[in-house]
Amino acid sequence: MSRAKYEAGVKDYAESYWQPDYTPKETDVLAVFKVIPQPGVPREEAAAAVAAESSTGTWTTVWTDLLTDIEYYRGRAYAIEDVPGNDEAFYAFVAYPMDLFEEGSVVNVFTSLVGNVFGFKAVRSLRLEDVRFPMWFVMSCYGPPHGIQVERDKMDKYGRPMLGCTIKPKLGLSAKNYGRAVYEVLRGGLDFTKDDENVNSQPFMRWRDRFLFVEEGRRKAEAETGERKGHYLNVTAPTVEEMFKRAEFAKEIGAPIIMSDYLTLGWAAHNSLSKWCRDNGVLLHVHRAMHAVIDRNPNHGINFRVLAKLLRLLGGDHLHSGTVVGKLEGDREATLGWIDLMRERFVKEDRSRGIFFDQDWGPMPGVFPVASGGIHVWHMPALVDIFGDDSVLQFGGGTLGHPWGNAAGAAANRVALEACVQARNEGRDLLKEGKDILTAAAKHSPELKIAMETWKEIKFEFDTVDKLDTQHR
Amino acid sequence: MSEMMDYSSRIEDPASRKFETFSYLPEMTEEQAKKQIQYIIDQGWDPAIEHCEPEFSRLHYWYMWKLPMFGETDVDTVWNELLACHKANPNHHVRLIGYNKYKQSQGLSFVVFRGPVPTGNSTNVWMHLKNHGPDWVMN
Repeated sequence: MSRAKYEAGVKDYAESYWQPDYTPKETDVLAVFKVIPQPGVPREEAAAAVAAESSTGTWTTVWTDLLTDIEYYRGRAYAIEDVPGNDEAFYAFVAYPMDLFEEGSVVNVFTSLVGNVFGFKAVRSLRLEDVRFPMWFVMSCYGPPHGIQVERDKMDKYGRPMLGCTIKPKLGLSAKNYGRAVYEVLRGGLDFTKDDENVNSQPFMRWRDRFLFVEEGRRKAEAETGERKGHYLNVTAPTVEEMFKRAEFAKEIGAPIIMSDYLTLGWAAHNSLSKWCRDNGVLLHVHRAMHAVIDRNPNHGINFRVLAKLLRLLGGDHLHSGTVVGKLEGDREATLGWIDLMRERFVKEDRSRGIFFDQDWGPMPGVFPVASGGIHVWHMPALVDIFGDDSVLQFGGGTLGHPWGNAAGAAANRVALEACVQARNEGRDLLKEGKDILTAAAKHSPELKIAMETWKEIKFEFDTVDKLDTQHR
Repeated sequence: MSEMMDYSSRIEDPASRKFETFSYLPEMTEEQAKKQIQYIIDQGWDPAIEHCEPEFSRLHYWYMWKLPMFGETDVDTVWNELLACHKANPNHHVRLIGYNKYKQSQGLSFVVFRGPVPTGNSTNVWMHLKNHGPDWVMN
């Protein structure tokens, strides 16, 4: 039994919150932050400050600390490491005891981990790089409403990535013209079409009109092709009540899948929607609009791998993950790391892919990673190689921009995909033989042939801003 | 740039119907199909055969041909079963499945022998089922 006496005043954080001898428990939530301290603040003090401010601490001692077992409730900084290639920054590893968090509340965990601490004066910048969720927390969360295997069974699609297309222009089409674009894409051979993230219920196309026209197009395409089709109806709305109204209507008319923008919608609202989706048998596609505000700066914010992990906990059947090869930011190794975190049962620590902790998901189903943005038929061999079968490859401009229209563009993508999967299964190297594989497939597909002539020159060769930390000397 | 082509898919034309993976490619030769069988075996999956009338191919459940070939690792044995199923059901689609028991899913599934295009007015059965059938056909 301790016999501590109350002494008012300010103590160094490191005195209480830097515990290099601490061995993390299996039940702890573990976090690693990239910290750049203010000049003159020692690493141990900055790491301890982060641990304190994201858990029990405040700037001064208070008498009520002595009413509880404060030592037990502390978050502890237990390790510090150099950041490769960045002399100013270091990694601070923090362990939080399980009692600090409400069961099943992603909202609660992150209100602590990325709460006030990110504005804290002793650190110049701070980035949450990874979080290890213990099994008790994983099992208290809801997880994907259906998951990869159930979606494959419902959609009857096996042995290949699924194909999608975002309808363009993003904004401005009437509901009927929009439904036309959907129908053409689906009859041409893609599995899914998608509302853009900012398509909600604008004056030029109210949601109800869109839902009905799109559903008619989707059904006709199903009847015509004999295959199962989906269109992600975006139910993101200004209020939760409105969101559920739209989701209920989508279900009523028989739509198999809806979508949400989980970051702008808010995590609690998204979590409720995800539960609704499982209860009502509707698949859930998740867009990550706003993520780059949070994850692109390599020194401040939250790494996308954390946003991906928390979405798996909140629930979603698809999540946009970056393409590696298209128009949007994405480091290859880092992307491979977080797509594993989205869909595998157990992921081992692997610094070469930016993964700092082992993560066990137990029986929680996986999420389909969605590669979307600036990709076309020439990217297909690389996409199949990078993403494998459990993915959704989404071609927007790469379908709608086909010189013969959406149906031909869709058929070109479908033929290219199936040719790549067939070749991969035969043991051929997609990255080396991609051109030969596509050229051979184009011999029986005039749609693919003309697509290859249209897009062969387009490349996006800008350097990635958010790279993995690697040694520079 | 070659001349613009119309996309010729039609509800009234049963030949427009597709049947999922590899149905946008030409029917496989024996040699090509055997490479896919080898792939299934190499993944450690169990081969299985199903068949169905082409006009009902969109339903989840096809007829099983015997039982899945658990533990079978010989490509020719699987091929000969496919041939036997095809011979017994010459008007059906015959598909090969690779069951992945660890993922509780099918690692691969594709039609090896394509049934002839049906004629007459039975071709739009799926539309009929969706409009007049029970709720479970909807999704």
